[in-house]
Amino acid sequence: MNKSILSAFAAGLIFGLGLLVSGMANPEKVLAFLDLFGNWDPSLALVMVGAIGVGLPFFYFAKGRDVTVLGKQIQMPSRRDIDRPLVVGSLLFGIGWGLAGFCPGPAVVATGAGEIKAIVFTIAMLAGMGLFALVNRPGAARAAS
Amino acid sequence: MTIDWTAFTPWSALAGGAMIGLASALLLLLNGRIAGISGILGGLISRTPGETGWRAAFAVGLLIGPALWALFHALPPIRIEAGYPMLVAAGLLVGIGTRYGSGCTSGHGVCGLSRLSPRSLAATLIFMAGGFATVYVVRHLLGV
Repeated sequence: MNKSILSAFAAGLIFGLGLLVSGMANPEKVLAFLDLFGNWDPSLALVMVGAIGVGLPFFYFAKGRDVTVLGKQIQMPSRRDIDRPLVVGSLLFGIGWGLAGFCPGPAVVATGAGEIKAIVFTIAMLAGMGLFALVNRPGAARAAS
Repeated sequence: MTIDWTAFTPWSALAGGAMIGLASALLLLLNGRIAGISGILGGLISRTPGETGWRAAFAVGLLIGPALWALFHALPPIRIEAGYPMLVAAGLLVGIGTRYGSGCTSGHGVCGLSRLSPRSLAATLIFMAGGFATVYVVRHLLGV
């Protein structure tokens, strides 16, 4: 098997197991974290602390490089502007996240766990992404912004 | 605001977070790509040439994690309170919103903050605020 396929698979696997260990894959726990004005469970703030704490030095290391040890081009996002799609899109995402307690990664993991409700959420999410791709495909009329 | 200390699980949250950070670092240092789940799934839908293999492999890894876990240990609880109409509405919002906003909790939250991107910081603050506000409205104003 191609090395870069294997490494992407391993990364996905570790990512998914991390979501399970952390509690992020449980919408009840996510909503308890988002319930800032109720009986607040701050645990998930520490998921971010753990993830960024580990990620930071590696991302810093990668910044000065062009290719990986597998010879792949390192693609770092270069945009720094805060535009309307970023703001509106993130807000819509936050509302959906608060309604169900699922963001994309945990939805896929809970789907893998065989949860019917997670499967329904994931299908709707993929439909939303497909809808977006359809509207934004090259040549499609762009919505006025 | 009161803190629910009985539900507080700092060590598993930190450990799981560290695994997520490690996975993101692996994908960056080996594949040269950002571990943004919405970007990976959205990319599978729009099928960029040459980018489908690694994306599919990552998604399969995410998907089979629970099955692998279940071979050794009972899965942790996954409790989903929302009803089906709510799940569909939420799924559509998350799907459209993450693509329009170029990222989610992983791409903007973990990877974006790890590379100190102001754009990702703004996105993260906005979707967190959206999540806090939505739960406030649903639980404390509508009382659902």
